[in-house]
Amino acid sequence: MDRSSPLVIPSVNRIGLAAADYRGLKSTLCAGCGHNSVSERIADALHEMGVPPERVAKFSGIGCSSKSLAYFLSRSHAFNAVHGRMPSVATGALIANRSLVAVGVSGDGDTASIGIGQFVHLMRRNLPILYIVEDNGVYGLTKGQMSATADTGSRSKAGIPNELPPIDICALAIQLGATFVARSFSGDKSQLSALLRAAIAHRGTVVLHVISPCVTFNDHEGSTKSYAYMKDHDEPLQELSFVPAFKEIAVEYSAGTSVEVTMHDGSLLRLRKLEEEYDPRDKIGAVSRLLKAQALGEMITGIFFIDTEATTFLDRLNLVDGPLATLPEEAVRPSRVVFDEIMDSLR
Amino acid sequence: MDDPVVAASDLCASPRRDSVVNDMAIEVATVNGSGSQSANTVLLRSIFQMGVPVSGKNLFPSNIAGLPTWFLIRASKDGYVARKKEVDLLVAVNPETAREDLAQLKAGGAAVYDEPFGLAHVRSDVTFYPVPLDKVVARAGGGVKLRMLLRNIAYVGVLARLLELDMSEVERAIHRQFDKKARALELNLAVARSGFEYAAALAKRDPYLIRRMDATRAKIVADGNSAAALGALFAGVTVVTWYPITPSSSLVEALIRYLKKYRVRPDGKATYAVIQAEDELAAVGIAIGAGWAGARAMTATSGPGVSLMAEFAGLGYFAEVPAVVFDVQRVGPSTGLPTRTSQGDVLSTAFLSHGDTQHVLLFPGTVEECFTMAIDAFDLAETLQTPVFVMSDLDLGMNSWTCDPFPYPERPIRRGKVLSKEDLDRLGAFARYRDVDGDAIPYRTHPLAAYFTRGTGHDEQACYSERPGDFERNMERLQRKMDGARSVAPSPVVEGRGARVGIMAYGSSHHAVAEARDELRELGIETDYLRVRAYPFARQVHAFFEEHERVYVVEQNRDGQMASLVKLDLAAELAARVRSIAHITGVPLDAGSVAEELAMMEKQ
Repeated sequence: MDRSSPLVIPSVNRIGLAAADYRGLKSTLCAGCGHNSVSERIADALHEMGVPPERVAKFSGIGCSSKSLAYFLSRSHAFNAVHGRMPSVATGALIANRSLVAVGVSGDGDTASIGIGQFVHLMRRNLPILYIVEDNGVYGLTKGQMSATADTGSRSKAGIPNELPPIDICALAIQLGATFVARSFSGDKSQLSALLRAAIAHRGTVVLHVISPCVTFNDHEGSTKSYAYMKDHDEPLQELSFVPAFKEIAVEYSAGTSVEVTMHDGSLLRLRKLEEEYDPRDKIGAVSRLLKAQALGEMITGIFFIDTEATTFLDRLNLVDGPLATLPEEAVRPSRVVFDEIMDSLR
Repeated sequence: MDDPVVAASDLCASPRRDSVVNDMAIEVATVNGSGSQSANTVLLRSIFQMGVPVSGKNLFPSNIAGLPTWFLIRASKDGYVARKKEVDLLVAVNPETAREDLAQLKAGGAAVYDEPFGLAHVRSDVTFYPVPLDKVVARAGGGVKLRMLLRNIAYVGVLARLLELDMSEVERAIHRQFDKKARALELNLAVARSGFEYAAALAKRDPYLIRRMDATRAKIVADGNSAAALGALFAGVTVVTWYPITPSSSLVEALIRYLKKYRVRPDGKATYAVIQAEDELAAVGIAIGAGWAGARAMTATSGPGVSLMAEFAGLGYFAEVPAVVFDVQRVGPSTGLPTRTSQGDVLSTAFLSHGDTQHVLLFPGTVEECFTMAIDAFDLAETLQTPVFVMSDLDLGMNSWTCDPFPYPERPIRRGKVLSKEDLDRLGAFARYRDVDGDAIPYRTHPLAAYFTRGTGHDEQACYSERPGDFERNMERLQRKMDGARSVAPSPVVEGRGARVGIMAYGSSHHAVAEARDELRELGIETDYLRVRAYPFARQVHAFFEEHERVYVVEQNRDGQMASLVKLDLAAELAARVRSIAHITGVPLDAGSVAEELAMMEKQ
C-alpha cells in the first residue's frame, strides 16, 4: 500500500542514527499485544523521519497502552502521568518548551472514560501533539472490564454482551477541533507506518486511533476488537503514500483518483481513493461518514480528516522565540524601575 | 422628616461625649451590585490620605446582584487592622437588613441611614443621622438613571462632614477612583459635595472624628491577591494556569494585567503564557507539565480546586516536580461559603493526596508577605523540586490593607539543582533520583538528559522498580528532603520572651492575635507569640513549645487544624501543651473574641 516508502529501511537515517537508537526497553506487555506492534511502528516512523530522539517528549496516562512509552525511544524524555490526565501534562510541557516533539500514548479507558474531559479540551486547543489511542475495548491491567469504546453487542471474555453504545473517538476528535484524525489497526503495518510518518509531519493535534487487540482479554469469538474481527472487517478509505519533504517524489498517480495534501513541513501526503466520494479535507463529510459507519457497523480506517492550515495553540500564545523554560532572569524579572513604578501606583 | 436636625435631636438624648479620634469601625450595609465598592474605596483612601492607618473588609454574598453586602472600614491610630467586633458607625442603605444592622451597632454609636427607612425610633442609645440620599443626589444634578450608583458617593460626602475629613482628600480620592471616566468623575465630585453640604445641617452628636496623622506616609494600600500576583511577576513566573474560582480569581486577573503590561516585548511576543484550563485537574496538570519541562509554573485556586488537585499534588511530590499553588482559602466543607474567609485547608493540603504524601505550605500573614512568599514559593519549589502551596485566604487576598511597600527581590532567582548540557557532558552519567550531595535533593534537567518521569515506584535511575529496598530508600529520601525544608522555608516570627503562656498563629489570624495580646496585657496576661510561616515546621516552633507551659493555637477553622498538625510534630509531653482556639464563622477573626476566650481558658 505504502508505495513511496523504501522497501529496505537504510541502516542509518538522515541524522545518522540507526533504528536501534529509537528502541526502548523490552516490553512487559503480553506476547502478541497489539500495543507492542504500535510501539515498533512509532519508533520506526520517528527513525525514518529523522526526528532526533532527544527532541521527543513522550507522554502517557495510566494503563497498558500508557506503559508502552518505556518500550520505544529510551533516549527521549518521558512523563508517565496520572490516569486520563496526560493532555494537561503535555500541554504544560510544550508551553514551557516549544522545541519538544510531543508523542502521547493513551488507551481507550485513559482517553474515552476517565480522560474524556482532558481529551476534549486537548482537541479544542489544537496543541501540536501526536496523540495515539491504542484501543482494545477493555481494561487490561484490571483484567478485562469493558471500556467506553466497546461496540454494542461485543462480548466480554465471560460472554456478556456490551449494552451501551461506543464513543467514537475519531468523530469526537474531528468535531472538537483536531486537525489530523485517522484510524488504523495494529496489524496493518504499512497503513500504520504511513499514517505515523504523515502524522509526524503534521503541525497540530493528531489523533491516531489504533485498534490494538488485547490478546488476553478481548481477542475471542464475539469481540469486535479481536485480530480476527479486524482482519475481516478493516475497510480502508484510501491507500496512503507519504513522501517526506526530504525525499524525491517518485511515484505518479493518475489524476482524479487521489487526493494530495501538502504538509506543513513540505511533505506530501497522497491518498488514493478507495471510496470515490470521500474527501478528508471536508470536516462535515468526515463526521457524517463516521456516523454512517457506526450505524452500519463498518470498521473504516484511513485518514478521516486533515486540515494543515489551522492555527495551533502554541502559535496563538505568541511566545518569544526559544523555550520559556530557559529564559534568563533578566527576561522574566522586571527591573527595579518597573517595581518602583508599581509601588508608587499603590500609594 | 424634612428637618434632619430636629429628627436627630429628638431621638438621641445622649449628650456629646469626649471625642474618639482615629479609632473606629464603620460599617456600610448595602446591596450587592449597587456600585458601592468605588464609594467605599474613596472613603477608605480619604482616611488613608489623612495619614490614618485604615483597612477595609468586604463581606459579600455569593451573588451577582441583589443580596446584602457589608463593607467594614476600620481606622486605627494604633495600626490595628483586624476586624473590630463592634460597629461604631453604621451607614444603613439596605432596607432589607437595616433593622438587623442597627441591632448590631454599639451603644453610643451612630447611624447614617436613608431617611425613608424611618429608623430613628428603633433604638434610643445611638445617634441617628437620617439623610435623604436621593435628594442629595438630585441636588447635585444626578439623573434618575444613575441615582442608585450615586447614592453611594452621597453617603461618603455625609461621612466626610461628620468625621471632619478634609474634603480635599475626598476629592483627591474621587479623582484617583474615576480618573479615566470624565463624566463619572464630575458627577461623583458633585454628589460628594452635595452630601457634604447637606450634612452641614446635621448636629454632630457622636464622638467619632478623623484627625490628620502621619502614619501612612510610607505605606501603600493593597490586597493580598494583587500582592501575590506581583510576587509571581517578580519571581519570573513563565506559565500560569487557572480555573476561575472565588476568591482566587482576582489573583490571576491581576497577574494577567501585570504580565500584559510588563512581560510583553516590544515585538509583541510574551515571556509568559496564561492558560485558562477546563478545570482544576487540568490547571494543576498543565502547571506540573510545565514545571517538569523547566518553566516557573503556578496555578491559583481555593478549597474545592485544591481537592480536585489532590492526585496531581501526589504525583508532583513523588515524581519531584516543582509547581506553585496559591490556595486563597474560603469556607468549606464542600462549596461552603464561597465568598467568606477561612483557614480550613491547612490539614488536608499538608498531606494532599494518597500515600505518604507531604507538602510545603507557606502562610503569608500580611499583604507584604503575599508578595515575598510568592517569590519564596517559586524558589522553594525549584530548590526542593516539589509542589509548594501558598496558603492565603479571602480576608488577606481580597480585602484592602494598609501595609509597607514590598521589597524589591535582591536575591537572584533560585532554579535549584539543574544540570546543564556541559554538566551532563562532563559527568557522563546522570541518575535522576540519586542523592549526590547528601541533602536528599537530586539533580534534574530541563529536560536535557532523557529520563522517565513516573508516578510509579522507581529507583535512582527513574526506572520502574517494585523492589522493597528501592521503594523504602526513595521514600526515606523524600522524607529527609521534606525535613530539609524546615530550615529553608520562611522561619517563624517570634515576639516576646519569658512569658509562661504562648500564642501560635498564622496567616490572617495574625492581626487579631497582635491586637488580642495588647488586650490580654491589660487583663494582666502576658503572652509570647510565635507566628508560623511555613510547614514543615522550623525548629523554632518546637523550641517555642519547650519554652512555654501552654501554647494557644489560634486559627479560623472548626477543628483546630494547625493545632493538630503541630501535635503530630511534637513529642508527647510538648503536644500536651497545645491549646486550641479555633473558630469559623466566615467573618474575619476579631481580637476581642481571641482575648476573651484565652482569658477564660487561663482562668480554668
